[in-house]
Amino acid sequence: MKRSNEPVFWALFGAGGMLSALTGVALVFVTGIGVPLALLLSPELMSYVNMLAFAQHWLGKLVIFAVIALFLWHATLRILLLLHDFGIRAGPASALIGNGLALLCTLAAAYLLLALGF
Amino acid sequence: MSAQTDKRHPYRRPMRGWWKRDRYYIRYLAMEATSILIALYALILLFGLLRLGQGEAAFNGWLEALRSAPSVALHVLLLLVFVYHSYSWFKVMPKTLPAIYWRGAKLPQPVITRIGVCAAVIVNLLVIILLTGLQP
Amino acid sequence: MTDGNKIIEMEVLRYRPEQDQEPFYQSYEVPFLDDWSVLQGLQYIKDDLDGTLSFRWSCRMAICGSCGMMINGVPGLGCRSFLRNYYPGKLRVAALEHFPIERDLVVVVDDFMNKLAQIKPYLIPKQVRALDQGEYLQTPRQLEQYRQFSTCINCMLCYAACPQYGMNTDFTGPGILALMHRYNADSRDDGRAQRMELGHADAGVWGCTAVGYCSEVCPKDVDPAHAINQNKMGSAIDYFLRFVKPRGASQ
Repeated sequence: MKRSNEPVFWALFGAGGMLSALTGVALVFVTGIGVPLALLLSPELMSYVNMLAFAQHWLGKLVIFAVIALFLWHATLRILLLLHDFGIRAGPASALIGNGLALLCTLAAAYLLLALGF
Repeated sequence: MSAQTDKRHPYRRPMRGWWKRDRYYIRYLAMEATSILIALYALILLFGLLRLGQGEAAFNGWLEALRSAPSVALHVLLLLVFVYHSYSWFKVMPKTLPAIYWRGAKLPQPVITRIGVCAAVIVNLLVIILLTGLQP
Repeated sequence: MTDGNKIIEMEVLRYRPEQDQEPFYQSYEVPFLDDWSVLQGLQYIKDDLDGTLSFRWSCRMAICGSCGMMINGVPGLGCRSFLRNYYPGKLRVAALEHFPIERDLVVVVDDFMNKLAQIKPYLIPKQVRALDQGEYLQTPRQLEQYRQFSTCINCMLCYAACPQYGMNTDFTGPGILALMHRYNADSRDDGRAQRMELGHADAGVWGCTAVGYCSEVCPKDVDPAHAINQNKMGSAIDYFLRFVKPRGASQ
């Protein structure tokens, strides 16, 4: 019987699921509520200068890349599963489109981070 | 075929709407559906990264958009979705791990879930505390 | 036979292949005693009301695994569910979900039986011991590794709970994958590599999406969801490491 290639996507799914379970709430609060409304946090935290410095540091790059890419890979597996569960056959086509989009976004994030320089 | 097998006529019931059969399935689908909003959040961040690369004016525009009422409302929804994701993630986790033995006894699955949820609370708080400490 | 002081309405899904295009519910008024199981209700119907009703049963004590059925939409054993718990409401009994209906409450189990044989549900020792060599020894700790998963009675309630099996019967399904894990986890067994050929496939552990309802309905607390999902990590590690491991070491 043919070995499944699911482990590749499952590993990314698991990593993204764990990362978002541990940090997602905090990240959403900081970027979407705390900073915009100056609630507990200063708007300066996400100023252009600060964010640029963060994204130019290698560790900052790693954090941004991990969050965007892994969250997306995590979500992609489940979105494909939802399609399958609602009877929309997640055949090769939808899996190709879904995983292709996730790969595209991953490459875009890597490119943008590298383009910002060190 | 013999006359006896001819009388067989197994009936296959349709699966349409299977998830409406039990609340358990709805909870499962709710867990799966968190993915749509998690993807949306990742895309918001990716867009922010794009704007960051386009310079100060572009990035400030993104920050301005985050301050709009619809955006804040969306992020409140995202917050709830991430809370549910955290909980459901650690609810499933004991199924994914091999049995863990503690002092010779199997660790009950709800205990593993509770440990996971505690870890999530601690790490999330640490992130927020770390960032408040970093404030200029 | 009964005092007849309590009467419950039982709606039973009927399907007679020689005359019905599709199943329909037929209602019966069943007088019952407090200690009557759903199975006893069905037996009353067959004996006293309608001899044409078909259903499987044998032991009446939750060990043969024959009387699995949908009871008010939930997979359960007829002998282990009691009429008093549904009274005064009415009770709907139907054939196990996700299996083709052969007749009334009797389902076609061929697919399950074929899959059961596929995973080699027996010990495959590395070296078969001769009688004079004595037993295969095992410590209580080693027993503990698989004991829970060995209590399966093949009642197939978990299959009726699994939408992935319902949508795609290529999936090996919860009960049999749990049994696969039971033998793989047995210290006396050396058949893991043979079984995991199926385990590593889409029809194996990767067909499971962790719905988890199988474990909820299992009358023997086998926890198939746990048996299956804990193998995903191992299967994934094996997927990535199979290139670096020496040939034949792969599990």
